Amino acid sequence: MEISLIINGHVFEFKPGQTILEVAEAHDIQIPTLCHLKGLTPTGSCRICVVEVERARSLMAACCTPAAPGMDVKTESARVVSARKTILELLLASGNHNCGLPGSESGSWSDFQLRVQSEDGASELCPAWGDCRLQDLAFRYQVKANRFSNIPSPYLPEMKNPLIVRDFSRCILCGRCVQACNEVQVNRAISFGYRGKDTKIVASGDGPLFQSECVFCGECIQACPTGALVEKKARYAWRPADTEKIRTTCPYCGVGCQQWLHVRNGRIVKVTGVENAQPNRGRLCVKGRFGYDFIYSEDRLKTPLVREENGTFREASWDEALYLVANRFKQIIADHGPDALAGVSCARSINEDSYNMQKLFRAVIKTNNIDHCART
Amino acid sequence: MTNSFNEFDKAKMFLVIGSNMTEAHPVAATFVKNAVLNGAELILVDPRKHRLADFATLHAQIRVGSDIAFLNSLMHVLIAEDLYDKKFVNSCTIGFKELTETVQAYSPEMATGICGVEPELIRTIARRLAAVKPCMLCYTLGITEHTCGRNNVVSTANLQMLLGNMGVECGGVNPLRGQNNVQGACDMGALPNVFPGYQKVGDLTAMAKFEKAWNVDRLPGKNGLMIPQMMDGLVSGAVKGFYIFGENLANTEPDIRKVEHELASAEFLVCQDIFQNETTRFAHVILPAAAWSENDGTFTNSERRVSRVRTASPPPGEAKPNWWIFKQIAKRMGQEWESDSAREIWDNELSELAPSLHGIKYARLEGNGLQWPCPTEDHEGTCFLHKDGAFTCGLGQFLPVEWTPPAEVPDADYPFVLSTGRRLTHYHTRTQTGRCEGLNDLLGEETADISLADAGTMGIQQGELIRVKSRRGEVLVKANVTREVPSGMVWMAFHFREACANWLTNPAFDPITLTAEYKACAVAIEKIEN
Ligand code: SF4
Ligand code: SF4
Ligand code: FES
Repeated sequence: MEISLIINGHVFEFKPGQTILEVAEAHDIQIPTLCHLKGLTPTGSCRICVVEVERARSLMAACCTPAAPGMDVKTESARVVSARKTILELLLASGNHNCGLPGSESGSWSDFQLRVQSEDGASELCPAWGDCRLQDLAFRYQVKANRFSNIPSPYLPEMKNPLIVRDFSRCILCGRCVQACNEVQVNRAISFGYRGKDTKIVASGDGPLFQSECVFCGECIQACPTGALVEKKARYAWRPADTEKIRTTCPYCGVGCQQWLHVRNGRIVKVTGVENAQPNRGRLCVKGRFGYDFIYSEDRLKTPLVREENGTFREASWDEALYLVANRFKQIIADHGPDALAGVSCARSINEDSYNMQKLFRAVIKTNNIDHCART
Repeated sequence: MTNSFNEFDKAKMFLVIGSNMTEAHPVAATFVKNAVLNGAELILVDPRKHRLADFATLHAQIRVGSDIAFLNSLMHVLIAEDLYDKKFVNSCTIGFKELTETVQAYSPEMATGICGVEPELIRTIARRLAAVKPCMLCYTLGITEHTCGRNNVVSTANLQMLLGNMGVECGGVNPLRGQNNVQGACDMGALPNVFPGYQKVGDLTAMAKFEKAWNVDRLPGKNGLMIPQMMDGLVSGAVKGFYIFGENLANTEPDIRKVEHELASAEFLVCQDIFQNETTRFAHVILPAAAWSENDGTFTNSERRVSRVRTASPPPGEAKPNWWIFKQIAKRMGQEWESDSAREIWDNELSELAPSLHGIKYARLEGNGLQWPCPTEDHEGTCFLHKDGAFTCGLGQFLPVEWTPPAEVPDADYPFVLSTGRRLTHYHTRTQTGRCEGLNDLLGEETADISLADAGTMGIQQGELIRVKSRRGEVLVKANVTREVPSGMVWMAFHFREACANWLTNPAFDPITLTAEYKACAVAIEKIEN
């Protein structure tokens, strides 16, 4: 049996159980969302995804309304657009959303900007500028930020954690981080706390993250649609406009998570999980997300080193070092045979390195004394 | 792994043994937790009540090193109560009779004396495993890092064959590999007994094939040395020159004092690395290498998935890709190798030589990579192995094994068991994670994890400095009093040189794999009186 509905005048078939949002997305019709986290039960809290359904009295949230046969849906009608505008205006007024949105004709804009920047301890726009769904939607719907007066957040930003900055003044209470923590990574560290205008995302006992169950996987940052959760190391070091994204594989454990390296001016400035990729489907752990900057350590070996008679190391050219190794190896082979040489390869390095090392031992040195820590 | 990570959240039953997944393979653990939230059962077999225990339906808190007794007892119950998969056993396996004879002795009442798990719990677990199928069995180093490591592995396979859980989606025997490219380094033949693609050293056809490909004559036909034998050889003089690529053996091998003596005995030691570390102190030449994101290449994860690694920034100073360094040494020893990039090495050489990788080429690795076996370029890769009971060497063979105790067990002088492993925030000897801003703030020092009961008896406070000593050495370390470990056990990691567990661990090895018994040795703990 075929079942179908109408979206913006087009007829689409769907499977029972699909939401309006899912049917629309399957046909490349974009309905904006904020609180909805793909794959999880919709909470329907932000209502930005509302659509107009013929004969329904009120607008319906597309992310949690099941598609029904014969439904006639409009995703960008005048009523829908006006409702979305109001939602966005309220959200923008609810915190330090200083991304330089249009409509700042009143004189208080610069006062606002100055207050926010002093709270941020920075002379920049929001650290999520350019990577914020709220900002994107405000632009898309040409929302002016001055219809409602700004209500400063009752909570100070939490700067004292390693790795993660929690800025409650930019939190729109969408709940994505709570779902990411409880339903995706299942670390159960954060939840909604308090009520009404005091509502806040809290870790256990409303303490800082580092004193809670939090394991700093950073899934919440990746889920946050605004600048409320940001990587401490990437804060102001990163803007998407001049950043290149390079896909790679995590260098730590054997899961092999797929990562985006965000590279700015030739430096990795942050790492995120590749959504929908195998095997990790966007997820990373603390090492995968935050364990990248060792490559820029001043301690890196930069030239070959050769040990002197007195035991200290001196710098050497590649040519000198390579000849030294080759000649000593040849000498050892001549004196004691190839089996007097042995090598240990690296289980952290790329396949091609291990291949070449075993080839060096087998084909050149002529021994099978090649191993790696396969068993640890 | 015979199966894949993307089967985890569809699975209905897990048996996780010797794997602290939430810390060692955190993202894999998230999929197990998702499955549990969706109603899957999780049976945890582990001496420690680590974080995964919060999600376990049943937790068999076995004694360290008693895995075989426990697993044999499960099989005893499955056979005694006629709960095993007869169809699979009859059509896909051999050796059932021998297995039956061996596990006969391991009644739950007998096994409880070894593993400490109540007979009723053993029976319940066996019955649950028979009731909910298939089951994904996952293990990590808690299985392999024992003097009976190989037998532990064999036992897990015996159990899964007996349950008929092989060759099916959401089943299988799934070792989560510790390091990102352990699987790959094995596949590449960085092992003393196999060429790339597990073609045996000494096999005349394989030798001829590689001689031709590498344009050399008379490749050596006898198996080489494994790491512990190499280390012994440094002292005995059998090994004169030693080449260590990217390993900090001075901290990672058991019994640091012994290891350092061995390294110091090397007549000529080459270290190729990205940092100076405790091992490079003994080197005669140190070669600076490009790191992870300074290379193009591939890693192969636990589920045999080959994924791309890409360059984000150039290496510092004159550091060079490792493959380049090996090529240059070969050249100075008289061999010119043609391939001049990781891609050329893969596409033109190793994928041509290893049949299971034959269909994998860089051009095919743009997205999610490919899982081997992938024999041809139109093959889509393999999610799970032994489909429909087809084992590589014909029928699956039961290899019955007897339980043996760890090489060193607690006694009057050293009354505690020390078991070791990794913690979430750091990786191995911290050469990398220790240099990442923020990670040391999360975990800045080693601790010795001890039980509330033992802390109580000995009057040790949380965070108090204690002495932990074994027959090989001693460390001063802060006590971490925790519910995770049972009484009689001390648990430590090897991330920090100062209180590295490997000052204490026992260099006793599995006789076949030569894996060290990192998971069990005897120690004493002492309060420091002041
Ligand atoms: S912190 Fe971010 S993800 Fe969490 S509720 Fe606030 S806006 Fe949403
Ligand atoms: S992100 Fe974490 S779980 Fe994933 S591969 Fe890296 S270390 Fe392993
Ligand atoms: S996205 Fe639908 S209610 Fe928030």
